[in-house]
Amino acid sequence: MSEPFKQRRRERIDRGVKVRSASIYALNSLEEIGYLLAPRMLLTCCFLFMPLALSPWPYWGRVGLSVCILALLSISFDFLANYVGLVSLGGAFFYGIGGYISAICNTEFGLPPFLAILVATILGAMICTIALLPCLPLRGIYFAIVTLMYPLLMIRLIEAFDILGGTEGFRGIDGFNSFWTEQYGLVLGLLVALFALRRFVNTDAGLVVRAVKDNDQSVRASGISVTRTKAKAVFLASLTGCFAGAYYIHMYSNVGISSFALDLSIMPIAATIIGGSGTLVGPVIGAAILVPLSELLRDFGSLRIVVYALVLTGFVVFRSEGLMNFLTRKYQQIERWVDIR
Amino acid sequence: MFYDILVYGFIQSLALVLMAFGFSLVYGVSRLPNFAHGAIYVLTGFVAWVFFKQAGLPYFVAAVLAIAAAGLLGVLIYYLILKRVRGMEVSEVIATYAIGLALLEGLRYLGFRGSTYTLPPALDGVSFIFDVPVDHQRIFLVVLGFAMLATIWLLTKYTRIGRALKGVAQDERAAMMLGIDSDVTAAIAVALGSMLAGVAALIIFPLGSLVVEEGYKVLIYAIAVCVVGGLGSWAGTVMAAFVLGYSQYITVAYGKPHFQMVVMLLAIIATLIIRPSGFFGRQKQLQERV
Repeated sequence: MSEPFKQRRRERIDRGVKVRSASIYALNSLEEIGYLLAPRMLLTCCFLFMPLALSPWPYWGRVGLSVCILALLSISFDFLANYVGLVSLGGAFFYGIGGYISAICNTEFGLPPFLAILVATILGAMICTIALLPCLPLRGIYFAIVTLMYPLLMIRLIEAFDILGGTEGFRGIDGFNSFWTEQYGLVLGLLVALFALRRFVNTDAGLVVRAVKDNDQSVRASGISVTRTKAKAVFLASLTGCFAGAYYIHMYSNVGISSFALDLSIMPIAATIIGGSGTLVGPVIGAAILVPLSELLRDFGSLRIVVYALVLTGFVVFRSEGLMNFLTRKYQQIERWVDIR
Repeated sequence: MFYDILVYGFIQSLALVLMAFGFSLVYGVSRLPNFAHGAIYVLTGFVAWVFFKQAGLPYFVAAVLAIAAAGLLGVLIYYLILKRVRGMEVSEVIATYAIGLALLEGLRYLGFRGSTYTLPPALDGVSFIFDVPVDHQRIFLVVLGFAMLATIWLLTKYTRIGRALKGVAQDERAAMMLGIDSDVTAAIAVALGSMLAGVAALIIFPLGSLVVEEGYKVLIYAIAVCVVGGLGSWAGTVMAAFVLGYSQYITVAYGKPHFQMVVMLLAIIATLIIRPSGFFGRQKQLQERV
């Protein structure tokens, strides 16, 4: 007789401070307030100090802004995919619509950049929501395919009919008047979008939105229109996406059909999956990893897309929880091995 | 002009059948959307080119080797990646798409770009059909397209493997109860789909030049044909290919070549909005919309 095979399992227990700070007791001690605030303050401070730290190197300052742009697009994807259940493979659609409207507002109507961005964000989100409205009843892969086609169709329509500046696009768009307004405008935009969406998913309206993902039949049975709820959520997501697009074209003073390019739909998905889906903060972390990585690989041309794609596949297949979910677990729980008897 | 459209629209339609049938087969059997389809198509072309021009093998041998390589790649993709994410539709789409992207951009990085890469046509010469000049490679395309459809039909009707594929496509659980291994069938389906993409590439590439961008185009064409015909419906795929092939050729004849892609994209969006299960597919209301 051989020894009985000993098996172990990993037990996960919430930390005491997590359990206590989960309710109103958090107000009792500095330690618990600190436990709750530390991760949030760390992220906020990192982003607020980023422009200061990067100001001696304008090139890396721009890279920092690209991180924010990608983070905004990824938050929009994460919100739609993991809170509403609409997997949109066409993030570039939001981005391009925002960019083009801002460009038109600025060059045709002479609006100053910040006003143009505001108009583009709101008007763009309305246009995106209306454009996607007929597809909202679709589920799963059908929605993914149809949204993948929207930005591609925009590129082909602009080329074929030579509208919106044709393949040239718009040039000579006003930039921001100083380095600091450019930097802090976007950083604040990102932080507002991130914390507003996080707050939103915990409100009552957010609960309905999450219910659509979990069980749309029950939402319908409760007498709430599924499509209308989805439309509201798409509006919120496209606000974020359009803002990113509108801001970006003012940074580089031109807009073209590359605003609808496929990379802009794929990169946010990669950032979300690497950072951790369903957390809203994860995508920001993913963007902060991917964008500098792609800058370092810039000399290798299309090899960087290969690297991205392989990293993305690896994460989808082997580590689908992503970084943020892993870190949250380590922060909130203790793990230990116990014997199974 | 009329006969022109009739003949070339027919050829275009069969080219679409060839491009799309592999995608449709894989989705029909195992509900796997193989978004690496376009990449496998282009890769087979380049592999054949390498065997033929670099290694100096006879063209027929190079073609057979390239198609075998495509099949092997399909098996590898299934066992290494798709098997682990099966059932999670979105992960399937993202994973296969990422692999396709890696293959295509990898080829671009290795220097396969520009119009210097061409495959020789299998047949030379020109014939006249209804006074329309048609080169023999295009006639070969039509013949091979029909031969391929016939082979698939015979395969699913008279061989064990083919019947297993058909069984899994109809009802996976019942098929498993009768001892058909779902994983093996799915791997065969992905391999077969990849080989069909390879066959299509080797017939269609000699009509133009080998370029990486073709991969994205073929993927969209394949999706368009399958969506309009109904995802997973094989008869629908063939009929949709004819509808789209003719409408593509008519728009090109009367408009700009830019519209070729617009037709496809509009067809996908319109079909999914109006009738997500496609115009020739069976309605599966709850799976696709609320």
